[in-house]
Amino acid sequence: MGKLFAIIVAIITIVSAAIFISHQWMPPDVSVLGAGIDHQMAETMITSGILFVVAQLVLASFVWRFADNNDQRKIKIFPGGATPMVVGAIILVGAEILALTLVGSKIWASIYIAPADPHSLKIDVQAEQFAYYFRYPGPDGKFGKLHPELIDPSTGNFMGLDPANDTAARDDIVAATLAVPVNTPVVLELHAKDVSHAFYVPELRIQQDFVPGLVIPLHFTATRLTKSEIVCTQLCGLGHYNMRAYLEVMSADDFKKWLNEQSGQ
Amino acid sequence: MTSMSMKPQVSPAQTGVWVGIAAITMSFAAYSSALIVRQGANPDWQHFTLPRILFFNTLVVVASSATLYAARPRSAATVDRSGTVTAVDAPHRNWLYVTILLGFLFLFGQILAWRNLVDQGITLASGPSSSFFYLLTAMHGLHLLGGLTGLFYVVYRVRRSTTERAVRAYGAASLYWHFMTVLWIYLFALLATRI
Amino acid sequence: MSSPVSSHSAGPQGFWRKYVFSLDHKVIGRQYLDLSLVALTTGMILSWLMRMHLGWPTKAIPGLGAIAPEAAGGIITPEYYLSLMTMHGTIMVFFVLTTAPFAGFGNFILPIQIGAEDMAFPRFNMMSFWVTFVAFVILVAAFFVPEGPPLSGWTAYAPLSAVGKDAGPGQGWGQTLWVISIGTFCIAQLLGSLNFIATTLDLRTKGMSLARMPFSTWAWFITSVIGLIAFSVLLPACVLLLLDRVAGTSFFIPAGLVISDRLQPHAGGSPLLWQHLFWFFGHPEVYIAILPGFGIVSHILPAVTRKPLLGPRVFIACMIAIAFLSYTVWGHHMFMSGMNPFSATVFSVPTLIITIPAAITTLLWIGTLYGAKLRFNTAALFCLAFISVFVSGGISGFFLAQPAIDSYLHGTYFVVGHFHFVMGVAAMFGILAGTYFWFPKMFGRMMNERLGKIHFFLTFIGVYCIFMPMHYLGLGGNVRRYSAFTVDYMKGSVPLHRFITVAALFTGAAQLIFFYNLIRSRFRGQIATDNPWEATSLEWTTSSPPPHDNFGGHHPVVYHGPNEYGVAGRNGDYIMQNSPEPDPATPTAAARTPATA
Repeated sequence: MGKLFAIIVAIITIVSAAIFISHQWMPPDVSVLGAGIDHQMAETMITSGILFVVAQLVLASFVWRFADNNDQRKIKIFPGGATPMVVGAIILVGAEILALTLVGSKIWASIYIAPADPHSLKIDVQAEQFAYYFRYPGPDGKFGKLHPELIDPSTGNFMGLDPANDTAARDDIVAATLAVPVNTPVVLELHAKDVSHAFYVPELRIQQDFVPGLVIPLHFTATRLTKSEIVCTQLCGLGHYNMRAYLEVMSADDFKKWLNEQSGQ
Repeated sequence: MTSMSMKPQVSPAQTGVWVGIAAITMSFAAYSSALIVRQGANPDWQHFTLPRILFFNTLVVVASSATLYAARPRSAATVDRSGTVTAVDAPHRNWLYVTILLGFLFLFGQILAWRNLVDQGITLASGPSSSFFYLLTAMHGLHLLGGLTGLFYVVYRVRRSTTERAVRAYGAASLYWHFMTVLWIYLFALLATRI
Repeated sequence: MSSPVSSHSAGPQGFWRKYVFSLDHKVIGRQYLDLSLVALTTGMILSWLMRMHLGWPTKAIPGLGAIAPEAAGGIITPEYYLSLMTMHGTIMVFFVLTTAPFAGFGNFILPIQIGAEDMAFPRFNMMSFWVTFVAFVILVAAFFVPEGPPLSGWTAYAPLSAVGKDAGPGQGWGQTLWVISIGTFCIAQLLGSLNFIATTLDLRTKGMSLARMPFSTWAWFITSVIGLIAFSVLLPACVLLLLDRVAGTSFFIPAGLVISDRLQPHAGGSPLLWQHLFWFFGHPEVYIAILPGFGIVSHILPAVTRKPLLGPRVFIACMIAIAFLSYTVWGHHMFMSGMNPFSATVFSVPTLIITIPAAITTLLWIGTLYGAKLRFNTAALFCLAFISVFVSGGISGFFLAQPAIDSYLHGTYFVVGHFHFVMGVAAMFGILAGTYFWFPKMFGRMMNERLGKIHFFLTFIGVYCIFMPMHYLGLGGNVRRYSAFTVDYMKGSVPLHRFITVAALFTGAAQLIFFYNLIRSRFRGQIATDNPWEATSLEWTTSSPPPHDNFGGHHPVVYHGPNEYGVAGRNGDYIMQNSPEPDPATPTAAARTPATA
């Protein structure tokens, strides 16, 4: 019975680890800062992978070895008692923590703490049940003020702009797709119309919640011409699974053209 | 056998009240931090003048602690090695009645404070500061009602003239009651400085 | 060697006082376990429905349409899927993982293990069970309200959970009942924790010093301290949420929200405040679920390896460290929540540090196996599987504890796989180990070992087939809490989801063997002796099942720690805690508890 258990643990361990290694699970990265995350992920995968395999196999081998309940055999205490366990855990896990935290917190800081490039393209993002709207400031480079009480989808005023009284709002462009020029720093300003939502693009390796009442900045630079999906990862109601938009990374020229088309509408 | 003897048994009721105090402290710490976070989150915090009757209520609740102290059994209870409590004196009933009376007077005063605010048009939903005012006073009042139940239990024990159990009950109930007084002074200070 | 007990040896005789409103901790413990069995079955059925829908979204589930009007024709709508998910999570976390290992087994076993005749406050004990029961009834009632059952997840993030009907289905009475139910549950748990703490501190029998308490008692004691603090924060959070919902306050709802084209009449609240309060409770809750499992495994392991647990004091110190650290890590649930990104780096450090005591306990268990004489009963197998699953789930925590990686994995199936392993399955295996181990003590009959082993192997393989693939899905960016995968890049995940669904149905079916075994053994099982496992702690010194006052009119006197295995004792290779024989001359375990003077 013990040997059966040991074999099953060993098989589960090897098969699980093999599947992790054998397939490229993550989609290719298309951002400047994503490489750091991928590197951190790979390092964590290797170190914790080794911990996982070793711990499970030691468990299996001890069970295999001491599975017989032979009355003649004397029990043995682990050499050194509990001390090697404590020391081992502190050194092994402690070293891993140090390594991961030191490198990891730099990557985290570069994406979420460091301010965006001051010349970034600013885009205002509104999340609502169950769609995203993206607002570009237009030629004046300024966003008009938002007036939630003016929101009226029937007239196409999804964000509550007041072009009649607010000059900055007149040339604002609101689109349902997030188009960005390639290799250009972009800063998104996330605000929610109703409940919490999230902005997640696996290819960019970034994720951020929209919190009602707050405006949260999020910056990235896309490096490849792609079309990716933006999905919601914060439960927002019945249409949560279907809440998405597209991120289109374009050449600078295409982006200008696209912007002109949008403002013409 | 002698090497096995234990320290005199503590009254579980007393331990229970201490543990309860820890839990209630945690709860009010949560309410307080919610209040502070909420006040800092947005500039819409409206200050209003606390009803003056609250000062009177504070005096009442402090007085109730004093009268409860006056009700204590005068000769100290002794606990022998087997854990048996021997008390020569039971808690004093008349002082207990005065304490209970003051407890109800305090609650009545708190209700008057509410009515005063309602008359000014300040209700639970009219703003975050008033929400917290009603919430914290109501929560304290609810916990104080529990304390009153405890005091009634002590009176019941005294009337049944089961001295030992009455002394134990007095110990637990008075610990809780004094905590209620301290809690109210803390809340009053919090409300007075924040609202 | 025993001191007489003055009161209540016979116990009440009437049906109501004996079985329903009983003050006996053993009856109350069984009531908790029965309630959690009902909850477990409910939660499991909900997860089957979810899994079937995820595998085959367009196929009708036979019979479902007749029970649930929300799933007309047996097809689960997106909102009904979210309700199933919300109810599954809430029922499992609160009414199974908190109720069974802590309130259930703790109630039955703890007083006996410390040599007490009952809990410190039997009336509070009865109340806390019935309040839990009422909370469960309120929660289940949320299934049958007109606006539909709640769908905000077990975390009930505001403002979705706070603004009411405008936010869509499930946000009417369903969500209100959810809040009331959880608030009620908090009160019950606070009463229960208070009782556990006072009992452990004050009612230990002669010679039962803290150092001699069995590991399971230690675990329940530490868990009750965690619970006391955690639930006394969740309760205020629920009160605030309820007031936002019904009294028009704005604790969690900011100004200017337009929901269903209606400007909400709220102003100035903070949605993050709810998350902070919730996770201040929520993370310790994970340890409320798993620490009793730690205790149960450490209690059973010496009895099945026939040797003392390695480093008993280190083990207890680790549990205390985990309890303490569990209050410093709640922010790791909120890396992506919009809180100050500096705090993410701050919260990440204790989150990683907490893996050290967890790793030490794991190594202590594995080290205990070294040189053992393993007895492979079902309880032993579930303990070993607990270690395996805890390692798997713990290691995936390394990923999520780092904000930079959480940036990619947050909100994906990786998280689902992680917490199901570490708090769902591991805690469940602890519960099952406890069930197979203590069943003879509780009912006086043995469970069927052959059925137990079949149940074990099917379940063990099954859970790995269910939850390991979820990690792969998460790495692929598969988002959790989706009722269907219509997003282009997730469409490829459907075959793997089907595999998980099949594995879940298969594993679920294997649980029928367990239910059958439970019921059959209750009436037909082999009669159990007082100490069928040759274990040392006090519950094995009394009859199976124990008499009403636990020790038949006497309090036992304790002379030894619970860890005296692998020694030359009077009855074999162990010394029972109440055995007056001297400590063995040549201690085999360095960790043997010294006699207290």
